[in-house]
Amino acid sequence: MDNLIALLVAAPLLGAAVLLCGGRRLDAVGHWIGTALAASSFVIGVVLFADMLGKNAEHRTLTQFLYSWIPVGGFQADVAFQLDQLSMTFVLLITGVGSLIHVYSIGYMEHDERRRRFFGYLNLFLAAMLLLVLADNYLLLYVGWEGVGLASYLLIGFWQHKPSAATAAKKAFLVNRVGDMGLSIAIMLMFTTFGTFTFGPVFEAAGGASEGKLTAIALMLLLAACGKSAQVPLQSWLGDAMEGPTPVSALIHAATMVTAGVYLIVRSADIFNAAPDAQLVVTVVGAVTLLFGAIVGCAKDDIKKALAGSTMSQIGYMILAAGLGPIGYVFAIMHLVTHGFFKAGLFLGAGSVMHGMNDEVDMRKYGGLRTYMPITFVTFGLGYLAIIGFPGLSGFFSKDKIIEAAFAKGGTEGWILGGVALLGAAITAFYMTRVMLMTFFGEKRWQPDENGHEPHPHESPKVMTIPMIVLAFGSVFAGGFFSIGDRFLNWLEPVTGHSHGNPPVSALTVTLSTMVVLVIGVAAAYAQYGRRPVPVVAPRGSLLTRAARRDLLQDDFNHVVLVRGGEHLTRSLVYVDHTLVDGVVNGTAASMGGLSGRLRKLQNGYARSYAVSMFGGAAILIAATLLMRAV
Amino acid sequence: MSFPLLTATAALPALGAIATAAVPAARRTAAKWLALVVSLATLALAAIVLVRFDPGGDRYQLTESHAWIKAFGVRYELGVDGIAVALIALTAVLIPFVILAGWHDADPLETGNTRWRPTQGFFALILAVEAMVIISFEATDVFLFYIFFEAMLIPMYFLIGGFGDRAHEHGEETASTQRSYAAVKFLLYNLVGGLIMLAAVIGLYVVAGNFSLTEIAAARANGSLHMATNTERWLFLGFFFAFAVKAPLWPLHTWLPNAMGEATTPVAVLITAVVDKVGTFAMLRFCLQLFPEASKWATPVILVLALISIIYGALLAVGQRDIKRLVAYASISHFGFIILGIFAMTSQGQSGATLYMVNHGISTAALMLVAGFLISRRGSRLIADYGGVQKVAPVLAGTFLIGGLATLSLPGLAPFVSEFLVLVGTFARYPVVGIIATFGIVLAALYTLVLYQRTMTGPVKTEVARMPDLRVRELVVVTPLIVLLIFLGVYPKPLTDIVNPAVKQTMSDVHEKDPKPAVEAAK
Amino acid sequence: MNPVNYLYLAALLFTIGATGVLIRRNAIVVFMCVELMLNACNLAFVTFSRMHGNLDGQVIAFFTMVVAAAEVVVGLAIIVSLFRSRHSASVDDASLMKL
Repeated sequence: MDNLIALLVAAPLLGAAVLLCGGRRLDAVGHWIGTALAASSFVIGVVLFADMLGKNAEHRTLTQFLYSWIPVGGFQADVAFQLDQLSMTFVLLITGVGSLIHVYSIGYMEHDERRRRFFGYLNLFLAAMLLLVLADNYLLLYVGWEGVGLASYLLIGFWQHKPSAATAAKKAFLVNRVGDMGLSIAIMLMFTTFGTFTFGPVFEAAGGASEGKLTAIALMLLLAACGKSAQVPLQSWLGDAMEGPTPVSALIHAATMVTAGVYLIVRSADIFNAAPDAQLVVTVVGAVTLLFGAIVGCAKDDIKKALAGSTMSQIGYMILAAGLGPIGYVFAIMHLVTHGFFKAGLFLGAGSVMHGMNDEVDMRKYGGLRTYMPITFVTFGLGYLAIIGFPGLSGFFSKDKIIEAAFAKGGTEGWILGGVALLGAAITAFYMTRVMLMTFFGEKRWQPDENGHEPHPHESPKVMTIPMIVLAFGSVFAGGFFSIGDRFLNWLEPVTGHSHGNPPVSALTVTLSTMVVLVIGVAAAYAQYGRRPVPVVAPRGSLLTRAARRDLLQDDFNHVVLVRGGEHLTRSLVYVDHTLVDGVVNGTAASMGGLSGRLRKLQNGYARSYAVSMFGGAAILIAATLLMRAV
Repeated sequence: MSFPLLTATAALPALGAIATAAVPAARRTAAKWLALVVSLATLALAAIVLVRFDPGGDRYQLTESHAWIKAFGVRYELGVDGIAVALIALTAVLIPFVILAGWHDADPLETGNTRWRPTQGFFALILAVEAMVIISFEATDVFLFYIFFEAMLIPMYFLIGGFGDRAHEHGEETASTQRSYAAVKFLLYNLVGGLIMLAAVIGLYVVAGNFSLTEIAAARANGSLHMATNTERWLFLGFFFAFAVKAPLWPLHTWLPNAMGEATTPVAVLITAVVDKVGTFAMLRFCLQLFPEASKWATPVILVLALISIIYGALLAVGQRDIKRLVAYASISHFGFIILGIFAMTSQGQSGATLYMVNHGISTAALMLVAGFLISRRGSRLIADYGGVQKVAPVLAGTFLIGGLATLSLPGLAPFVSEFLVLVGTFARYPVVGIIATFGIVLAALYTLVLYQRTMTGPVKTEVARMPDLRVRELVVVTPLIVLLIFLGVYPKPLTDIVNPAVKQTMSDVHEKDPKPAVEAAK
Repeated sequence: MNPVNYLYLAALLFTIGATGVLIRRNAIVVFMCVELMLNACNLAFVTFSRMHGNLDGQVIAFFTMVVAAAEVVVGLAIIVSLFRSRHSASVDDASLMKL
C-alpha cells in the first residue's frame, strides 16, 4: 500500500508531461487523457482511504521513501511521502473536486483551441498540490508549494493575449513569492534550530527549542500561508486571479490551492502550539481577513470577484480557527472541506451562467436567470444556502463550530474573535444573498455585447451540469455527515489533537445568535436588492462602497508604495550604475587617455630630439653614478 | 605511465581550434562541423574524466606532473577534485550547444571574398576558449593557472570585438563602436585584475619558493610554511581582486553588461556560463586553500559586497530595456549568490555554490540562447519591440519561460537546489545576511516575469506576427539543456556526491566546521 | 707621454661628435659625427688597454670597428634611398614615424 502514494502524484504528473510535450497530435484526445489521469489519481486515493479506514488510528500513517534528494553534510532532504489522516483528507478533496472540474472543463473549454494545454496545466496543478500535501518534509512541501504557484500562474494567465490576464498572473506569482520567502526562511530557521526539516523529527524536537525561535518559525510560516491563502496583507492577488478561466477559479482559487496555507498551519500544529504569540497573530490575520474579504464581496458587481472576496473571507475563518490551536484545528479543516464543495459549486455555477451569457461577468446585467438555467439555479442556490450557514447544510456545521471555537478561546480575545466571526457571518449572508438576487431574481437586465449579440441564456451541457450536481450534493450533506457522531473530529484528532477550550456561552446560544445574524444579513440584502429594482449602472455609492470596489484601496497602496517606489529605485540605480560605478572606471580611463595624450607630444618624430633625450638620460645616469660613488 | 587524460581533454579542443582555423575559406560548413565534432569528442573525454573520477578517493586525481621552467620551480601540474570535475563537465557540455547555437552567427555578410574567413575564426576561437578554460580548471600549479587565466582574454577579446550582434537599433556603425568599446572594456578590466594577480603570484613565489598548489597548501596546513599576517592578506587581496573582476562582483561588474549586450548570444553565453566560472572556481580553490586566515579576515566585507551584488544586480535587471543586458544583470545577481555561498564557510554554502556554478551555467545558457533565437528573428534587443510572441511561436515562448523559471529558481529545476543550499548555508552562520539574500528570490521573479510578460504575452505586435517557431537545430540546442535542468533539479545527488568530498576538504583547509543546530532533533 | 692626454682627446672628439649629431640637419654629417663618436670611444678603449696593460680594450676596439663598418653599409644605404625618394638629406624631413 505504501508504494501507491507516489502513484498519486505520478499519474497527474505524467498527464502534464504528455499533454504539454505531446504537441498538436494530442489535441483531439488531450482532455480525455487529462481527465482520466486525474480520475485515476482519485481512485488510488479512494483505495488508500479504504485501506486506512481498516486500520487502527495509531497505524494509519503511511510513509514512502523514494530517494535521497539533496544530501550535503547535515542537510539531508529526501523525496519521501507521508500519508496520514490530514493528508488523506486533502488527497480526497483535491483529486475528487479536481476530477469533477476536469469533467466540467471538457465542456467549458470546448471552443478553446488550446484546450489540450489547459488540461496539461490542470494536471500539473494536481501533481504539485498532491506533492504539497504528501511531502514528509518542509523542503519537498516547498516544491509543491511553488509548483502550485506555477500552475496558478500559468492558468490565471491562460488567456495570455489579454494584457489584464498576463498582469494578474504575474501579480499572483510575485505576491506568492513574498510568501514563499517566508517559507524558505522558516525552513532555514528549522535547519539551524533542529538540524532537520522533516516533519516527524521537527515536531518531536519542537518542545526543546526556545520560544523566540519557535515564534519566529511560526510567523514565517504564517507569512507563507498569507501569500498562498490570500490573507491580509498579501491578499491583493486573489481578486485579479479571477482573470483565469472559471474552472481554474473554482479548483485553484477557491477549493484547493488557496487553502494550502491552512494546511501548512495545521500541519505545523506542534510549532504553533508552542508559540502562543504567533498563534495570536494568526487569529488576528484570520479575523481581519474574514471581515476584509466579506466587505469587498459586498461591493463587487463582477460575480467572480464577489465570490473571490467570499473565498478570502471563508479562508479567513479557517485561518482564524487554525490560530486557535487544538480548539480549532479540526474545524478549520472541516470548514476547508465543506468550503471546497460549496465554493467550487458556486464557481462552477458562475461559470455556467457566464457560459450562457456570452462571458458577461457583471451581475448588474444578469437578472431573472432562474427560469433559463434551472439546474444551475438549483445547484447554485444550494451552494448559497450552504455558505451562509443555512441550518442542516454543510456550511452550517462547519462555520458554527468555528464561531463556537472562537468564543471558546476564552477571555477578552475569545469575545472579540467570536464577535468578529459572528459579524462575518452576517456580512456573508448579506453579500451572498445579494449575488443570488442579482443573478437569478428580479427582471432581465441583459444587454447586447459590443458586437451587438443579444445573449441567449441557456442551460449548460450535461458534462458541465453533472459536476455541479455532485458538488451540490456535497454542499448539502457533507457537513451533516461529518458532524454526526463527531466523525470528522475522531478521524483527524490523532494528527491534530483536540481540546474543547472553555466556552463562556453554551453551544446552543452561539448557534441561535448565528441564526439571528444570518436572518439580519439576508433581510438587509433582500431589502436592498430584492424589493427594489437593481440599477444596470452602479450607483456612486458611499465612501466605504467605493473603497470596497477598489478592494479597500489595497492596490492603490501597492501601486503608490511598491510599484512607483520600485520604479524610481530601479531607474535611479540604472542611472547610478551608468554614471557613478561605470563613471569611476570611465573617468580613470579618460584621465589615463589625457595623460598619454600629453606624453605623446614628446614623440615628435625628430631624430635629433630623441638624441637629445638619449644624451640627457646618459648624462643623468653618469652624474648619478658619480654621485653615488662620491657618497 | 598512464594516458594523460587531463592533458588530452584540454589539448583536444586546442588542436581542434588550430585545425578549424586552417580550413580553407570556401569550406565554411566543414569548419562548423569540424568544430562541433571536436567539441563533442571533448565532451566524450570529459565524460571519461567524470567516470574515472572516484569521489571517495584522493583529493586530486588523474594527476600529471612534469618539470617545466626549472629556474622558477614552475611545473606542469594537473589534477582534478570534485569541484573541478563538475565544472569541466559543465564546460564540455555547454560548448557543443554554443557552437550549434552560433551556427550562422559568423557567416560572412558579403560572399565572394575568398580570403575572408570569419566563420573559421569564430569557431576556432570558441574551441580555444574551451581549451583554456578546461586547463584552468585542471591546473594545480599557480603559475600554470595564471597563464591560462590570462591567455583566455585573447580569444575572448576577439570573440566580443570581432563578431557583434547584428541586431542593433542604431545601425551597424554604432554597433561596431559599442562593440569595440565593450571588448576593450572587457580586456582592460580583466587585464588590470590579472596584473594585480601576477604581482601576488610573484609574491607567493617569494614567500613559498614554488608554485605548486598542493605543496603550498600542505605546507600551510601542517604549519611548516608560515606567512606574516599582513603578507597573507595582501597576497589574498591580489588573487581575490582578479577573481572578483572575472566573477564579477559589485562594484567591478560594469564590463559584463556591455560585453554580454554587444557580443553575439553564443559568446555571451560563453562569457557568463563558462569563462566567469573560472573566477568563482578560483576563489574556492586558490583563495581559500592558500590563504585560509586572510579569507576569514576578508569574509565580512566580501559578504557585504556579495549581498550588494545580489540585490543591486536584480534591481538593475528590473530596470533594463534590453533583453541581453537584463540577463547580464541577472547573472551579476547570481554571481553574488555564488560568492556568498563560497564565503559563508559552511559545507551547504560551498556545495551550493559549486552546484550554483553548474546550474547557473545551464540555466543562463538556456535562457540566453532562446533569447538569442528570439532576437535573431526580430532583429532587435529591445524588450519593447516584442509582444504576443507566445501566440505566434508557442514552443519558443515555452522554452523561454522554462529558462526564465530556472533563472528565478523554481523548485523542481536545478537552480533551486543550489540557491537554497547557498541560502541555508549562509543563514546557518550569518542569519541576517541570509534573510537579506532571500529578498533576491522575489526580485528574480520580478525581472523574469516582467520580461516574459512584456515579450511573450499580450496582443501580437505586427512586427512579430510572422515570426517562425523554433527550428530543428534550435530545438536540438534547447531541449537537452531543459532536460538537464529538470534532471539536476529532481535528482542532484550524482552531482552532490562528487562535490561534497571536495568541499569537505576545503572546509578543513579553512579550519571551519558547520554550525551545530541549537536543538539536536531525534533522528 | 702621459696616456691620460689621449683620454682628454677622446672626450673632446666625443663631445664634438655628440654636438654635431644634435645640431646638424644633414644626414651625412650626422652620420659622420656618429662615426666620430665611435672612434672617440675606440681611442679611449685603446688608451685604457695601454694603461691597464692587457688587450681587452684593443679587442673591443676591433669589434667596434667591425660594427661601425656594418653600420656604415646599412646607414649609408638608408640615407641614399631616402635622398632618392625625397631629394633631401635632412633628418628633420624624415619625421613621419611620430604618432
